[in-house]
Amino acid sequence: MSSFLNNFMSFSRINGESKVAPFVVILLAVTVLASASNLLMPADSVFYVSTYTITLLGKYLCYAMLALAVDVIWGYCGILSLGHGAFFALGGYAMGMYLMRQIGDRGVYGNPELPDFMVFLNWSELPWFWQGMDQFWIAMLMVLLVPGLLAYVFGWLAFRSRVTGVYLSIMTQALTYALLLSFFRNEMGFGGNNGLTDFKDILGFDLQSDTTRVTLFMITALILAGLLVLSKKIMQTRFGKVIVAIRDGESRARFIGYRTENYKVWLFVYSAMIAGIAGALYVPQVGIINPGEFSPINSIEIVIWVAVGGRGTLIGAIIGAILVNYAKTKFTAIMPDGWLFALGAMFVLVTLYLPKGLMGLVAQLKDQQLKAKPQSGANTPNEKAEEGRA
Amino acid sequence: MSILETTREVMRRDQVWPFLQHHEQHVDISHQVLLYVEGLNLSFDGFKALNDLNLYINDGELRCLIGANGAGKTTLMDVITGKTRCDSGTVYFGQSLNLLEKDEAEIAQLGIGRKFQKPTVFEAHTVMDNLELSLKSNKSVLPTLLATLTGEEYDRIDEVLDTIGLKAERMMLAGSLSHGQKQWLEIGMLLMANPRLLLVDEPVAGMTVQEGERTAELLTSLAGERTVVVVEHDMEFVRSIARTVTVLHQGSVLAEGTMDEIQNNPDVIEVYLGEAP
Repeated sequence: MSSFLNNFMSFSRINGESKVAPFVVILLAVTVLASASNLLMPADSVFYVSTYTITLLGKYLCYAMLALAVDVIWGYCGILSLGHGAFFALGGYAMGMYLMRQIGDRGVYGNPELPDFMVFLNWSELPWFWQGMDQFWIAMLMVLLVPGLLAYVFGWLAFRSRVTGVYLSIMTQALTYALLLSFFRNEMGFGGNNGLTDFKDILGFDLQSDTTRVTLFMITALILAGLLVLSKKIMQTRFGKVIVAIRDGESRARFIGYRTENYKVWLFVYSAMIAGIAGALYVPQVGIINPGEFSPINSIEIVIWVAVGGRGTLIGAIIGAILVNYAKTKFTAIMPDGWLFALGAMFVLVTLYLPKGLMGLVAQLKDQQLKAKPQSGANTPNEKAEEGRA
Repeated sequence: MSILETTREVMRRDQVWPFLQHHEQHVDISHQVLLYVEGLNLSFDGFKALNDLNLYINDGELRCLIGANGAGKTTLMDVITGKTRCDSGTVYFGQSLNLLEKDEAEIAQLGIGRKFQKPTVFEAHTVMDNLELSLKSNKSVLPTLLATLTGEEYDRIDEVLDTIGLKAERMMLAGSLSHGQKQWLEIGMLLMANPRLLLVDEPVAGMTVQEGERTAELLTSLAGERTVVVVEHDMEFVRSIARTVTVLHQGSVLAEGTMDEIQNNPDVIEVYLGEAP
């Protein structure tokens, strides 16, 4: 028991100068505070947080998880995927299918077996891929397996043929665009243009109630924190070092004996699975999933979140996603047509003036502070050593 | 192997099917020759980079390859390490290992280390991590994910750090090392893997005289225990380390022998200095 506890403690300890531990603490504290303010405060109190805000925050955290997925693959392995929206949407669809099956006979047509859109299309029975999706655990398995499998097949083909750089990015765009077109078709059996919506409950809990919404938000925050710690841990193992080595010198890594394509494929699968989980958490909170989630522009937006936050930092991706989406919420309320211009301008400015994103800016400011205070210079070698061990 | 080829192999009844044969992974050097390169041909868009090249490297030897630009030195190394596929010819490592059917990672794991012309180290990693990554270990995904450094491996890293003289820089990022230090680190990374054969491409390019001397010392101390093949332009350097020198010219071997023999060889003089007197 004590050895298990020791193992657990050493796993949860994030060593070095890493900012992950304090970040997780802040994230969870804010989550608990917001949740408590929603559930415990009376609606007319100044401290009351509306359910709308809670759902909005939950949505941001899902986007943050998606940004984390892209950062793992782009920031650490240098693979610029412009198709992560596809994995996100696939995870979302898996969750959406489960939620659809939960509606039962409460739909407009009152068919206990078939979702409304299938009745509308005059289908007489459930397609094979909808079988079993009324089981929560099967749906959750699909949330991981479908994006994972797609990423495996795509990655296996692409990385084995040594497709890299901009060609790979274009292929990922094509992938998500192809999925967009096919999910638009009614024959696919995913609700076509309208997607899946009008969900009623999840695991028997009413999706419209405050407690369910707060719980979903808290689960999202917990999973995000867990995945952040896990990703950080993975990047600290030798596997993670090989991944960075592949980014900086793939042929060198091959010549010291690593089959780099296998490493890239598995990292891609891991990243796709994170995106799938993010999608699955997103759908019950937003209440709809439609083919629009596959659109190439979405995938490009994710890359911008990561670039703004600072790639290769994990926390940066999360902060970037939250900030840009907050800005989007505010901006689209004031000037709906201007958002894409603002997004483009932000991308250009970040690329030109903040190549390392906000996290890079923070590190730079800290450096300047250290230089301004000479007495702290004595600590520098020590810190360097710590950094190396991290 | 394509399906057609496999079917053909299966149809043959005079031999054991290749996929049933036991594939030996250890290097058989019963004839004292470590590397056989025979009849190698390779052309890029009509330009013959390698032209019926034959080369034999003995076990424990320190061999220098010289030749003008475009003589095929680097291309030869590319073929041996699996980076480039040749048109025809054979490359055997020891008596039994056919290198042409293996990929870069497999060849590296067999014990062939390569140093590039331009120093390539992992700049975002510390010196220590660079060496850790090059350790001889199981390099498939899952074992690497679970790997931790053992005490012996620490000692091995220390030993190599000593050899390449970077002990004080172990926690520095490889990107902040000087050019010469990067070259040494790269040699250190090769040593970590404990290779049988080291292919070293222009080790002293861009080094100061003192650094060059130290590199020469390092390479000569390695020969004997390992086999070292050095490609170099710097004649002084070659003279200081070489016992046997092979001259390549237009993709094939022009001459082979000691440095003195080479310098008095009329063919070599003709190629290097123009018409013989």
